[in-house]
Amino acid sequence: MNKFLRSIFLVDLFQGLWVTFRNQNPKYIYTEQYPGERPKVAERYRGAPRLNINPDNGETLCIACNLCALACPETLIVVGSERNEQTRRKDLTTFTYDLSRCMFCGLCEDACPVDALELTQDFELAAYTRDGAIWDRQMLEEGPRPTRYKF
Amino acid sequence: MPETTFLDSTELVLNMGPQHPSTHGVLRVILKLDGEKVMGTECVIGYLHRGVEKIGENRTYLQFAPYVDRMDYVAAVSNGLGYCLAVEKLLNIEAPPRAQVTRVILTELNRVASHLLWLGTHALDIGAITPVFYTFREREEVLKIFENYCGARLTTHAFRIGGLQYELYDGFEEQVKAFCDMFLPKVDEYEELLTNNRIWVNRLKGVGILNADECKEFGVTGPVLRAAGVSWDLRKAQPYSGYEQYDFEIPTAQNGDTYDRYGVRMREMRQSVRIIRQAVDKIPAGPIGKTPKVIKPPVGEAYVSIEAPKGELGYFIVSDNSTQPYRVRVRPPSFINLQALDRMVRGGLVADVVAIIGTIDIVLGEVDR
Repeated sequence: MNKFLRSIFLVDLFQGLWVTFRNQNPKYIYTEQYPGERPKVAERYRGAPRLNINPDNGETLCIACNLCALACPETLIVVGSERNEQTRRKDLTTFTYDLSRCMFCGLCEDACPVDALELTQDFELAAYTRDGAIWDRQMLEEGPRPTRYKF
Repeated sequence: MPETTFLDSTELVLNMGPQHPSTHGVLRVILKLDGEKVMGTECVIGYLHRGVEKIGENRTYLQFAPYVDRMDYVAAVSNGLGYCLAVEKLLNIEAPPRAQVTRVILTELNRVASHLLWLGTHALDIGAITPVFYTFREREEVLKIFENYCGARLTTHAFRIGGLQYELYDGFEEQVKAFCDMFLPKVDEYEELLTNNRIWVNRLKGVGILNADECKEFGVTGPVLRAAGVSWDLRKAQPYSGYEQYDFEIPTAQNGDTYDRYGVRMREMRQSVRIIRQAVDKIPAGPIGKTPKVIKPPVGEAYVSIEAPKGELGYFIVSDNSTQPYRVRVRPPSFINLQALDRMVRGGLVADVVAIIGTIDIVLGEVDR
């Protein structure tokens, strides 16, 4: 009898409706207003790569050891270097990073012995051309310049 | 032989997918219909085939780890755990206790995230739109923990062979505990929305029955098997990564229909929270493990299977004493559970096909690999 009354008065449906009603409070809004309000990504976020430079003298930290290129599963890093006869070390000449094939696994970052290559918190990586996704040394050192929208 | 008219029933062949939204990806099901009744099905898979097993033969052991995340991308952490355990078995090493407890916490969080995504999309298939918004809201909290821990939300690459890459961040315990406290009332909320709802019950009860014997014949594992009354969970049956230390139950049900599978998964989420709470309280201090510099396992083979959110996830790796695996074979739970689709669907209605595909909880990235 009780079950019959419950089904007549649609108790099960109103129970669900009550849950929906409870969640109507505007303090439960979770939507992010993305271009207007930039989401705060985590400190360890693996986004756009960057080649760090020494802030004191502006020279690159990279020692052209090629470990990142060997660690990369997709072999998308190409490191160019030439031997400097004065210091007897390898100097970095070119560095290309093909973002179109990158899966942001972070293995290159782990392999780097001097913390020169780093995956940063930038996440806006769209480009108009395929070539635009291949970053050269200059681009990697400057980092991306994301568009700021005003609302 | 009487003349056939248009009223006579003949078999109608209907393609469902690969772009059908409720096939959860790119599954194509060829339905043979007699009116509304399904006489048989045939699954066409392979639209998402990337050759992950072949890729594994051309990468070093360390380099292959990010690829396994991309099979079951809803439960990437579980995939990573299975692969790391398999290579560790080949190398005959073990992760230190701190790494093991962290692994358990993250995989259980991932189980919750996977079940939440399943619940939302399954309810959406049946026609209940509300739960998907709520489940994604809670899933977001899990993904935030992953993002804070390892820097990625979905394809996490959280574990490395021999332990972990990242130390726990400040406030990890608090965030996980806060999630557990917040989450359990939310599960009650989903149950309020669905469990007694007459549409939900009528659509699911007695639909897609797969009894225990059939489950065993098909090799079906995971919640589908447990809903048929078989209390089989690899976390209890062959504990890995220190699961024997935790106190939890294996939820089972009797009927093996879609409604029972829903109930089993809901209770599994609660058990996961129980495991997480126990694990967070006793994270031991110590090293988090170090990846060996050169990974060159001795000649041999290893099979390790873990309880992924969808069932038994196994990795079979053959080593020929080089830096690359000779062969990697993955036993994905979704692929094997999908075989039972035909048995469950046969004799049902077209609308039930959608409910049954949803209830097996397949991820096409894992079916096709």
